[in-house]
Parts: sequence; structure tokens; C-alpha cells
Amino acid sequence: MQVTLKNFTKTFDDTTVIDSMNLAVNDGEMLALLGPSGCGKSTTLFAICGIHRINGGQILFGDRDVSDVPSQKRNVGVVFQNYALYPHLTVFENIAFPLSVRGDSKPDIEREVRAIAALTHIEELLARRPAQLSGGQQQRVALARALVRKPDVLLLDEPLANLDAKLRLEMRSEIRRIQLETGITAILVTHDQVEAMSMCDRIAIMNKGEILQIATPTDMYRAPVNKFVAGFLGNPPIVMLEGRTSGDGRFLVKEGTSLPLPARLAGMPGDTPLSLGVRPEHFGAAGANRVEGTISFVEPQGRETLFDVTLDDGVVLRSIQPARDDVVFGQKVVWPLDAEKLLAFDVSGRAV
Amino acid sequence: MTRNFSAWPIYALLGILSAPLAIMYLFLVIDTFTNAPPGSLIPNEFTFHHWRFLWDPTVTGDVWGPTLTTFLFATSMVVIVLAISSTAGYAISRLNLPFRRFFLSGIMVMHAFPSVTLIIGVFLVLQYAGLYNTLIGVILVKASLMLPFGVWIMKGFYDQVPWEIEMAGVQDGASRFTVWRRLILPQVTPGLLSLGIFAFIDGWSEFMLPRILAPSANFQVLSTYLNVVSDPNSTTYNFNLFKSVGLYYTLPILVLFVVFQNRLMNIFGGGTKG
Ligand SMILES: Nc1ncnc2c1ncn2[C@@H]1O[C@H](COP(=O)(O)OP(=O)(O)O)[C@@H](O)[C@H]1O
Ligand SMILES: [Mg+2]
Repeated sequence: MQVTLKNFTKTFDDTTVIDSMNLAVNDGEMLALLGPSGCGKSTTLFAICGIHRINGGQILFGDRDVSDVPSQKRNVGVVFQNYALYPHLTVFENIAFPLSVRGDSKPDIEREVRAIAALTHIEELLARRPAQLSGGQQQRVALARALVRKPDVLLLDEPLANLDAKLRLEMRSEIRRIQLETGITAILVTHDQVEAMSMCDRIAIMNKGEILQIATPTDMYRAPVNKFVAGFLGNPPIVMLEGRTSGDGRFLVKEGTSLPLPARLAGMPGDTPLSLGVRPEHFGAAGANRVEGTISFVEPQGRETLFDVTLDDGVVLRSIQPARDDVVFGQKVVWPLDAEKLLAFDVSGRAV
Repeated sequence: MTRNFSAWPIYALLGILSAPLAIMYLFLVIDTFTNAPPGSLIPNEFTFHHWRFLWDPTVTGDVWGPTLTTFLFATSMVVIVLAISSTAGYAISRLNLPFRRFFLSGIMVMHAFPSVTLIIGVFLVLQYAGLYNTLIGVILVKASLMLPFGVWIMKGFYDQVPWEIEMAGVQDGASRFTVWRRLILPQVTPGLLSLGIFAFIDGWSEFMLPRILAPSANFQVLSTYLNVVSDPNSTTYNFNLFKSVGLYYTLPILVLFVVFQNRLMNIFGGGTKG
């Protein structure tokens, strides 16, 4: 089921949290709403499922305008951040609740619950109560309950935020597997770029109630539309250097260092203020240009090692490389910089 | 409980402090079943004589009528207080009511208000409504006076139920009423239980209101009955008999406390599960 937001506006009392947002989620797609805390992701989600009334615009499921349809009739499955399982009911009763409210017969309920429990791998937990489950198991039950009615849309609000690191990894692929197996249209709200990139077909990145860019994870990572997006994606994050063009295809960092510009920007007139974004994987690995500096920080991360390199004038570049211990703190290095991969942004932050 | 220090000094101190009370109660119980020679505290014969009021209406008048009335009174209190507190508490905790703030502050004020000062107004209302000198009138007044407490307590319990649970229920297709009845109410049952017991005890022990609002009615509750028995000027006055009736009157409350004492405490914790 395609979900479309048209000029969606939401205000709380006097503050406008979302102003005229447009978004289209394709049928069967999993879309991430990614953005920092407080940017209005949950608000958008709750508007789609009908918990919040919208103050302007339209919400469409397929061709149907559901803006004024109450939650109960929207047929949307929601997984809440804290799972919101019913503590006094067993897992079976939790999952059966949407069906029993609908008035399904006992054998139907029994069959549907067992089927969804098989899909989410919780068959052996059906007799337990939520308090007797681990975080990951609660998450599976919440998913099962949201899916058992065969909703048109599945909404997930920070589903992994309450899990520890190992479970998070496991549930990341599990949620994606279940979404693919059911073919359901899903919207995942998260502030974690890794989650968004690893689980979703496309990402809609938000800031301050506004969608900045909608793209596949790879496209968004490679070609962010502005500085905010570039800074939000990528861990370790991109390094931003402020400076001006020289006019002859180079970039003068305001501290003094001169770096090459990518070929596509070589023709820029001189003295144009720019921000140059250097991702850590584009420094120290490959490239035609050499940059000299001193190692000022080493962080071994197991498979990779992260370095900070301070150039002569104090500019710090970051480099991530396959684990190596031949380079130590304080050592002078001359590493290649892949100028073609550099990102550039004008004074207003837009990519150029 | 931390085990860093031994607990017995505290028990000993509490024991000594409550000893007078315990001893008095012990003697109360013993006295109702025994006779002692004049001038002595030590009983010398066992007897059911002081309990004969239970089967012999000529002693102090019929005790079963007032018992039944008191039971009715207390049960009605439970029903009214629970029905209204469970719904009003929910509305105040969750629904976007007009005048919600006004209700809240009203409840706080009523909660702190000495109810005796309302009695004249209540008296006039009852007169006007034709409920003066009736059991229903007294029940209604007593229940209303308890409602601010009940609504406030239940609001506290509802406040503890996560908002998401309710929204999850709505998403699952249930109406707000179904959500309340099937998902929310089960989570505030500890509150309902405690409140119900408090309402029962409060109704059971009420003395003032029947006295003032139904002075010449044709019913009696146990407290007013006890008051008659305890009148030293009456011809039937007997101190041991008075003690037996008193003990009989207290017994249900003692039983309730003993059975539910753990549950009663959580009303002060606002529903945190122990
Ligand atoms: N019920 C509400 N009343 C008033 N303001 C709210 C309400 N819900 C959210 N907000 C505000 O809306 C903004 C967006 O919130 P939210 O959608 O929860 O952000 P997030 O992206 O972290 O999920 C925040 O500034 C928050 O304070
Ligand atoms: Mg949120």
C-alpha cells in the first residue's frame, strides 16, 4: 500500500512541529525516517497511524484519504519504542488481542497467532507474560502483534533503541527479514544512521520538521544534498573544512593548507567561500594527492583503525584504514587523498 | 531490608511502645468471654453470657438489623466509590476534558476540606431532595465525601499506566471503552481493591452522618447501635456487654486488615507493583 503525505502540517498548541511536509512511500518499500531527536519523526509517524490529528494537508493510503479516519479503521500496525505490550496478558493473548477485538472466531485466532508466531520465531513463548521476556523477545512479540491483523502499513518507532548492542544487530536483520517476507510497506523511525542505512530501501532524512533528502542509502551517502545530511551520515563522521577556492582548481583552507578540488569543481571562480567535506575513508587509502601531517590520535577498532592527522597549520583530517599498528602517535605521515570523492558545499550549506 | 544492623532492638522498642495497646486488646477479648470476681482483674469463669445479644434481642434490641444495614451501607459505598472513581479518575488522567484543571484543583480542595463544615449545606440539600432521615441519603452523602479521595487515588494509578499501551490498543482496533475495560482497568486493579476496602471500612465505621442526617429514621447502623448500648444511664447498661458488642463491631475490619494489609499499603505508593 502506497502511503502519501501531502502538505502535512502539525502544530502543538502554538508551535508548528511539521510544516507542509511531502512524502511518498512506495508499496512494499521500507523507508527510514532519519533525523536527530526532536525533529518530528515520531510526530509524523503518529499522524500516519491516526494518534495525532493533522492540522493541515492530507494523508493518503493508496488513493484513499485517511486524514479523518480514526486510528481503529486505518489498519496500521505500530511497534512502539517501549513495545507497549499488555502486561496482564500472555504473549498469545497479546497477539490475539487485535483479532479478538475484530471478533474473529477462536479457531481463526488460534491459527493466525500461530502463523505469525512462527514468522517471528516466538512459538515457544506464547504462554509467557511480557515481564518474563528479554528485550529482543518483547520486540518480536510487539512485531507479531502489529502484523497479525495483516495491516496495510507497518510503523516502527525507534524499534531498536531499547536493545543492547548485540541484540540490536540481530533484530536489525530480523525486522528486515520479516518485512521482506510479508512484503508490507513499512516506515522505520530512527535517529541512528546505521540502522537506517542497513535496514531500509530508502531514507528520508529530516531536520527541524523538514525532509531534506529522500534517497537510497548509497546515494544519500555519496551525494548528500547539504552539509547537514553529509554530517549526519557516516561514522566516524565527515570532517568539514572551511575555506575559499583559489581559482586554479585548488581549495585554500582558512588555516592556510591548500587541498585539491574534485575535477568537476576545478572551473570555479576564485575566492568563492566553500566548505569541503572529507570522509575518513577518502584520506589515507588511495588517490593522486599527497597530504603530509602528524598522527595526533590513534583509535584501534579491531578490524579498522581510526587516525587523526594534524597538518602543519593545525587542520585535523580523519582517516580510517584496515587495522594497522605500524603507525604510532606522533609519527609523521604522508597519505594520499582521494580528491574526486570530496564533497563541497556553498555558504548556505547546499552541495555544489 | 538491609541486613547491616540487627533488627531486634527496633522490634523490642516497637514491642514496648505498643504493649499497652496490645494488652488492652487482649483484655478486651478475654473480658467478653469471662467473668471476674468483683474488684479483681483475673477472670474466674468462662461464659458466653456477654455475647447473648447475638441471639437474644431482649438484651439490647435486635443486632442483626443494624448489622445488615451497616453491611448494605458499606457495600453501597464500595459500589458507588469504585464506579465513579474508576471512571472519573481515568477521565481526569487521560482525556482531554474541558475544565480539567478546574476539576483537579476542585478535587484537591475537597480532599483537604473538613467535611463537617459542609454538614449544614448537606442537611439543606437532603431536606430539599426529600432524602433526610433516609438510608439512601446518608449513603449518597458519605460516598460523595469520599469521592475526592477516591478519584485522586485512581488518577494516580491511571497516571502510572504507560500512554503507549493505550495507543497500542487503539491501533489494534479497539474502541476507547474497550481499551479502558480490557487493557487499562486490569492494570489498576490493585488500586481498585485498596480503594474498595477503604470505602468499605469507612462506611462500616461511619457514625456522625447517620446520627446527624437520619436521627429519627427507622434504621440503625452498628455505630449508632453501639452508642445506645454504651449509654451508662440506660437500664440495660453492662460494661462487658458493651465490650462484646464493640468487639463484634470491630471484627470485620480487623479481618479485612489482616487479609489485605499488604495490598492496602500500595495505595500510598500510587500503584507501584511490589
Ligand atoms: N504532545 C506534544 N505536545 C507538545 N509538543 C510535542 C508533543 N509531541 C511532540 N512535541 C514536540 O514536537 C517536536 C518533535 O517531537 P517528536 O516527533 O517526538 O521528535 P522525534 O523526532 O524525536 O521523534 C519536539 O520538539 C517535541 O517537543
Ligand atoms: Mg521519537
